[in-house]
Amino acid sequence: MTQPDLLYSEEEEALRAAVRDLLGDHCEPAGVIARTESDTPHDRETWKALTDGMGLAGLLVPEAHGGQGATHREVAVILEELGRSVAPVPYLTSAVVATEALLECGAGDLLAQLATGRTIAVLAVGLHLAPGASFPAVRRENGALHGEVTGIADAAVADVLLVPAEDGGLYAVGADAVTVTPQVPLDLTRPLATVTLDGADGRRVGDAEPAVRRALRAGAGLLASEQLGLAEWALTETVRYLKERRQFNRPVGGFQALKHRLARLWLEVVNLRAAARGAADALATGEDVDVAVAVAQAYAAPVAVRVAEEAVQLHGGIGMTWEHPVHLNLKRAKADSIAYGTAGAHRDAVAELVDLPAP
Amino acid sequence: MIDAAGLRRRTARLLAAHPPATTERLDFLKARFDAGLAWVHYPEGLGGLGAPRSLQAVVDAELEAAGAPDNDPRRIGIGLGMAAPTILQFGTEEQKQRFLRPLWVGEEVWCQLFSEPGAGSDLAALGTRAVREDGGPSRSSEAESGGSWVVNGQKVWTSSAHLARWAILIARTDPDVPKHRGITYFVCDMTDPGVEVRPLRQITGEAEFNEVFLTDVRIPDSRRLGDVGDGWRVAQTTLNNERVAIGGMRLPREGGMIGPVAATWRARPELRTHDLHQRLLTLWVEAEVARLTGERLRQQLVAGQPGPEGAGMKLAFARLNQEISGLEVELRGAEGLLYDDWTMRRPELVDFTGRDAGYRYLRSKGNSIEGGTSEVLLNIVAERVLGLPGEPRSDKDVAWKDLTR
Repeated sequence: MTQPDLLYSEEEEALRAAVRDLLGDHCEPAGVIARTESDTPHDRETWKALTDGMGLAGLLVPEAHGGQGATHREVAVILEELGRSVAPVPYLTSAVVATEALLECGAGDLLAQLATGRTIAVLAVGLHLAPGASFPAVRRENGALHGEVTGIADAAVADVLLVPAEDGGLYAVGADAVTVTPQVPLDLTRPLATVTLDGADGRRVGDAEPAVRRALRAGAGLLASEQLGLAEWALTETVRYLKERRQFNRPVGGFQALKHRLARLWLEVVNLRAAARGAADALATGEDVDVAVAVAQAYAAPVAVRVAEEAVQLHGGIGMTWEHPVHLNLKRAKADSIAYGTAGAHRDAVAELVDLPAP
Repeated sequence: MIDAAGLRRRTARLLAAHPPATTERLDFLKARFDAGLAWVHYPEGLGGLGAPRSLQAVVDAELEAAGAPDNDPRRIGIGLGMAAPTILQFGTEEQKQRFLRPLWVGEEVWCQLFSEPGAGSDLAALGTRAVREDGGPSRSSEAESGGSWVVNGQKVWTSSAHLARWAILIARTDPDVPKHRGITYFVCDMTDPGVEVRPLRQITGEAEFNEVFLTDVRIPDSRRLGDVGDGWRVAQTTLNNERVAIGGMRLPREGGMIGPVAATWRARPELRTHDLHQRLLTLWVEAEVARLTGERLRQQLVAGQPGPEGAGMKLAFARLNQEISGLEVELRGAEGLLYDDWTMRRPELVDFTGRDAGYRYLRSKGNSIEGGTSEVLLNIVAERVLGLPGEPRSDKDVAWKDLTR
């Protein structure tokens, strides 16, 4: 087995710098917090800058369909940065998960639309589903779709919903043909909604099963990079704060009990980077994908949650306030630990893949 | 500078002139050293060619393919990994010429006399004394090169001491200055009559290590490495190279401690429980991620972008080895109550993943102590990587002799 390339190329670092720069201008913490309780929880301006301005919605779309023909490695770098900022944009859902589903279906026309970023699509299965899990399907009667799916991330901004139906097909349904009812999500920066189809017209784009499986696998694998970004931000901010914060006439970060906790978190973030890069590279090369994704997601979720929880604790009182952005990080990290399958679900996948069967 | 193709040509010439099939092992190794193919990043004339370190792999692959003998690096790890780089950086020309060739070919084994019963994590507090002897007429041969030193003290946790011809030694030469400043670094002759080596039996039942008692051991000044009083700085080179060596390991999937327990799980379905299954999977994932981290570190070094990640590798492996081997003892159930053999032995090679699960469990307890305790390494990560404040220190500006002990 060849070793995955676990480093960042110069181009990837340049891409990171550009995205970080943009997010620094558009997604500063106070603005993200304020937006969570506004009528427009999604940040369309940032989305426009990322997609129209930088062409990032089409990274996974082949050039023949108007995309960039890039790989999951570059997408992973963008997700790291989006994770750092907890940016409320439908990048993972539209530019990764829905795009992968359409790639599996060979739906060139829709891919071309998604690549521009002016059309947003989401896969209409619950955010919590692991790759390989069974997923709900809606009824198809007399050519129209009926049913309700819930926990659909970023459905509120979707122009197109990709809906699995009981006949085994995956249907592209226009948002104007369905009712989208927002739910109250734990993570306000990745809004969830219930989608109700009451005789909606849909166009069959392909078979649901392989498309959903491939889409969720890519989502799970690349989510690890978002979790890396989350963890890196939380650790960096906590270390910075503990160097400044003084109690007992000393910087709090000088107490050995806290130094050791922070050092352990740093070790875990270092490990998480290797796991996330491993998954991104595997998705890009197509080699060893299932194990790499399951390992990355089994490792990433608890680490991102732990770093976020420690960040809240080590910030003390300020970390419990609505004003401080660390709660955004915690909520995203906790929601991400369920998204695309829990760590436990991915460990079960590992058991199967590497022949360590349950009793 | 020589490139990969040049190294391949040079290796081919070595193999042609000294066919491994018909050449004595030691003769081949000496010829390899003299051809500059021992460690290509060392200077010419000292077993190298001044080439990038990463090109060593080219030479090693060619030699392995040709069935050439190697220098059994595990047997002489302390010489290769610690003594040699220190001699290269701080040794005189005479010292480099005298020591490096027999070290590399394995004719002379080296050990390390650093730790003491009273100086573990606080190595700089060491109390072994080296006193300069006046170079009188009776000591004429040594007086020519600056007299000699008389060393008294006790060292501990010395692997290979009973096999070693030479030791790297740090000793206190000036008790009147703060502890880091009064240390000097020497090469100690292990055949000196004042050197007594006693096996140190450990919790596994065997004795990998030794205690070394030094009584009036005489070391000529010509065997000093670096300046008098500069031994702490010289020792940093030794210890940093130890960490590089640890970070450089490359493992296949299931290559470490997880391998035996995964194999047991597959072979023995009757031992499986749900609780053990969950814990095994968690550790399997962590072991695989640690492997990837090591691989990433290696790729960074090859690309010339060394990161601080190496500092964490030892911490991670120590914890994983302990947890995995502990799980394996439990997995074995009734067999986990047994131990293969408590007989006091002196193994020449130590295999952390060898013997049975009970041995692995007990031996791995040392992984978080040897080569820097996990607690000290966490401080190092916190201070040097994260930039957090250092520990409060009361020993920095006090003469060594005035420290409380």
